[in-house]
Amino acid sequence: MDLLRIATAGSVDDGKSTLIGRLLFDSKSLPDDVMAAVEDASRRHHDDYVNLALVTDGLRAEREQGITIDVAYRYFSTPARKFILADTPGHVQYTRNMVTGASTAEVALIMVDARNGVVEQSRRHAVIASLLGIDHIVVCVNKMDLAGYDQQVYESIRAEFIALMARLGVQNVVFIPMSALHGDNVVKPSASMPWYHGEPLLHQLERVPVREGLDALPLRLPVQYVVRPHRAEHHDYRGYAGSIASGVLRIGQRVRVLPSGQESVIMAIDAPWGPVEEARSPDAVTVRIADDLDITRGEMLCALDEPPQIVQTLEAVVCWMDERSALRQGDVYRIKHTTRSAKAMVTSIDAKFGITSLTGEPDVESLVLNEIGRVSLKVSAPLACDDYTRNRITGSFILINDATNATVASGMIGEPRFSFNPLG
Amino acid sequence: MTSQTLSSHLRPESKDLRDLESESLHIIREVVAEFDRPGLLFSGGKDSAVLLHLAVKAVRPAYLPFPVVHIDTGHNFPEVLAFRDRVVERLGVELVVGSVDEAITAGRIPAPFGANGTRNRLQTPVLLETIQNGGFTAVFGGARRDEERARAKERVYSLRDEFGQWDPQHQRPEVWSLYNGRINLGQHMRIFPISNWTELDVWRYIAEENIELPEIYYAHQREVFERDGMLMALSPVMQPAPGETVVTRSVRFRTVGDMTSTAAVASEARTPEEVIAETLTTHISERGATRADDRTAEAAMEDRKREGYF
Repeated sequence: MDLLRIATAGSVDDGKSTLIGRLLFDSKSLPDDVMAAVEDASRRHHDDYVNLALVTDGLRAEREQGITIDVAYRYFSTPARKFILADTPGHVQYTRNMVTGASTAEVALIMVDARNGVVEQSRRHAVIASLLGIDHIVVCVNKMDLAGYDQQVYESIRAEFIALMARLGVQNVVFIPMSALHGDNVVKPSASMPWYHGEPLLHQLERVPVREGLDALPLRLPVQYVVRPHRAEHHDYRGYAGSIASGVLRIGQRVRVLPSGQESVIMAIDAPWGPVEEARSPDAVTVRIADDLDITRGEMLCALDEPPQIVQTLEAVVCWMDERSALRQGDVYRIKHTTRSAKAMVTSIDAKFGITSLTGEPDVESLVLNEIGRVSLKVSAPLACDDYTRNRITGSFILINDATNATVASGMIGEPRFSFNPLG
Repeated sequence: MTSQTLSSHLRPESKDLRDLESESLHIIREVVAEFDRPGLLFSGGKDSAVLLHLAVKAVRPAYLPFPVVHIDTGHNFPEVLAFRDRVVERLGVELVVGSVDEAITAGRIPAPFGANGTRNRLQTPVLLETIQNGGFTAVFGGARRDEERARAKERVYSLRDEFGQWDPQHQRPEVWSLYNGRINLGQHMRIFPISNWTELDVWRYIAEENIELPEIYYAHQREVFERDGMLMALSPVMQPAPGETVVTRSVRFRTVGDMTSTAAVASEARTPEEVIAETLTTHISERGATRADDRTAEAAMEDRKREGYF
């Protein structure tokens, strides 16, 4: 069975948590006692209907305020597929938590309130979904019941969003008119919108292609940990443990160790289920090589052809995630890239991306919480990396403030899917 | 390379489960590589048995380079303690025990009130004391996000302050598989490698990997009495109140904690496969069916976690 990771995003009150509650409820993934607790809580809150949002809002503060503050993860499955759903906050101040939930997603559900249309937060979520390289975006035009199930309302939102997605370089976008509250087009088709000929959401989620194309990319295996048993029966054993980021690893394959540049041949591959002839992403493996090289954590085993770039200066798009500080030119942070850690200096902030203008704004002094910008970095040690649009694992990094230990930024190496320059 | 070919293993068909397994191994290896003093919380329950199995895989053929930590409430099922000792012996790992009994006797924590007083909350100060005394900087736990809605909010790397507290409203962002393991002196990190596994995944993995569990996870005859709709096991620390009748039934445990807070479910399932079949048809969540400790309030788990419960 496949495992599909989904993230949801929407503005406050777009009905995102209700949608998830509906998905879980109509796919029969809610245990009776959880449902009973939700019904009970809904009664106490004097809600007119069973408040499915209470299923996912797991923190006391969230239930009190009626908003989602941090990501909640939900698990459900159908006969066709298994799903991990990250329910992410819509509130602008919690955007960084949306980035947390969406960074590993293959599908993003963006909620739009049919009465409000495309708002600033919708644009922000679309920008982040595009930046994070999420392959499939489903725009859920929700609360159609409050818009009279009117096709014109849906079509105009759809047209506006199509233009936005084109601007953001996103190819695969699907639109679904729905009412999460009443269950229209979530799991079951809608009797109220006969003009919609597409499938309900769940059917579409069951058929989205999963993790395509990783095998076709060149091999990247960041070394996480060197296994040295110090046991009599494994006296000379030296294994390199790590998770395959992309490509296929085979016994007999010649690999280059980067950034040091040494070469060797794969002698043995231990997958979690035993010795294997070949392994692929996302397998966590331990490999042994033919030569006695000095390989440490932070190096990467790579295919000989199409090697990664080895850089000490890089351009990247960053999303700033710290509320207590700002990113400024000259700042020095710790950078964590694959399994490698180094220092990174901000040599320039090249532009800030305006969520309203959808263009890069030059002459930027700093980036503050939830702002997105293009920066240039100088790194204290060479990194073996690919552009993020090509490889989400070898193209991503985080910045850590060494004084507070906070994770202050998530970064994506290279050009994003869309230009910071105005179109035309 | 002929010998390699002959011994080569086929990829198991359960791709979803194997992807989860690789994700867990990745997390465990990050911790082993980056923290100087990890420990693994082992309750003897199924989730910690799976976690320990994964930890052994993550570093094999080397020995586990960190100890197993058990918080002994003094109200454990004897089968679980025996299982703990068997596993520790077989793997040759170091065992660190934090004892609630000892802490009560020494007067470091108050004894709970009442005949059936639960020691669930008392585990927390003993856990924190054990972490501090052991100098642990990272502590693996087998918590899963599907268990409970406060746990659904937890990061894989979950920072605890000097008082062991969780601050759910100010968690560090956690993007891609890039974990930030940096802590200040006195803080520690809780690590949850099987965050994304469900109860069913755990059982499927136990079946596929043939992982040993305490025998009380499978159906057996036991003297139980009903309380608040749950079947409590009769034991020296758990006695029926007037009006509660002791009966012998075929039961198993879906979760295993302290005897005062863990209930059994009626079951005939004697193998992992039979448990999976039952799990697929049940309509009650694991903790809802069996955990008295989660029933005390709407936010019972969140409150305990804030205090340092795992």
